Amino acid sequence: MDLTPIWLTLKLAGITTLLLLTFGLPLAWWLSKKRSLVKIIIEAIITMPLVLPPSVLGFYLLLAFSPQHGVGKWLHDNFNLQFVFSFEGLVLASVIYSMPFMISPVKSAFQQLPASLSQASYTLGKTQWQTLRQVLLPNIKPSLLTAIVLTFAHTLGEFGVVLMIGGNIPGVTRVASIAVYDSVEQMDYAAANNYSLILFAITFILVISVFVYNKYQVKSSLE
Amino acid sequence: MISIDIEKKLKAYKGVDVLRVKKDFATGSITRITGPSGVGKTTLLKMIAGLITPDAGRIVVDGITWFDASQKINLSPQQRMPGFVFQDYALFPNMTVQQHLEYATKNTAWINRLLTIGKLETFTDHKPEYLSGGQQQRLAILRALAIKPKLLLMDEPFSALDVKMKGDLIADLQVLFKEIGATALIVSHNPQELDRVSGDELEVG
Repeated sequence: MDLTPIWLTLKLAGITTLLLLTFGLPLAWWLSKKRSLVKIIIEAIITMPLVLPPSVLGFYLLLAFSPQHGVGKWLHDNFNLQFVFSFEGLVLASVIYSMPFMISPVKSAFQQLPASLSQASYTLGKTQWQTLRQVLLPNIKPSLLTAIVLTFAHTLGEFGVVLMIGGNIPGVTRVASIAVYDSVEQMDYAAANNYSLILFAITFILVISVFVYNKYQVKSSLE
Repeated sequence: MISIDIEKKLKAYKGVDVLRVKKDFATGSITRITGPSGVGKTTLLKMIAGLITPDAGRIVVDGITWFDASQKINLSPQQRMPGFVFQDYALFPNMTVQQHLEYATKNTAWINRLLTIGKLETFTDHKPEYLSGGQQQRLAILRALAIKPKLLLMDEPFSALDVKMKGDLIADLQVLFKEIGATALIVSHNPQELDRVSGDELEVG
């Protein structure tokens, strides 16, 4: 059995989660503060992948990043970057597609914290960054962990959007979900079953871990 | 000297109320702020702290303009650094008593002294949820004092304390205020609470 699609999937999920953590956290924090029309529009755009068919998102990404025209041509000509039918394209699509799974729980958690926590920190002379790192983030740990695991697990299960922008190139864009589909197409049910079982086991362990962790958090102190 | 002359529109059940405050406070004085619920006492403290922006007016503290609407001066809470005791205490659930004070100051001797005054020396490794209401309130007061502020803004700071604890703490705080040269504005519903220490009163509304 070729395990490359599994490794590729894990690599994609890891990079996507890391990228979303890096810029998703500050974005969620910013969105959690005072509402404005701009924020509502940005939030709507971030939420779109939840309701949009993945193939639609993949189709638009395919058009936008085609090396023949527009942004895709500019990126290709100036930076030799190609997002279509490449692993980088999968990462880009995954980041967009999984963004609501990182942003929404973290934003809600920030909003549930009393405003006086930040205010108390500011009156002690602490900057917004210090407040975020030392006061706010430690107090939303369960939600943060849920967001990380959901983002990771959701990326593992992506199909439509990665197929549209990445195709099915072995070792490059052939992730596990596509390998399952491909194996079934070729009537290789044994391989399809193996890939499916591995994906099922990984996601199940991840989700169970979050539930156990959150239960423990509720039972004991706020860590 | 602290000079306040500010106004702020407040949303009310029927339309809009305007909160206007014009008063000077002598350096080192303790002033009790009174007034009916919802009149804007907390808003007043937050405006002085820089957590809410007034619509108009000026705030000048010891010759430094903290806020001036006409000159567009508005120092941040980090620049003003008032000691602020929040009505809901605003303690950090992730930090122990010791960590609360260490977050505010690195001065170990000062931290130990505050812990003694607040009678929290034996609770240093406790997080807020394992403290009683009175202990939480004392921690909130100690954290505000940890930065040795020149101006202390306290929103119902003694409401959860029993009579003896309140009397002892107020007496200790009076000494501390003198030592660090702090001016204190204290919102209090209890007329007797600050009788012995407060020289002035401001009625809002």
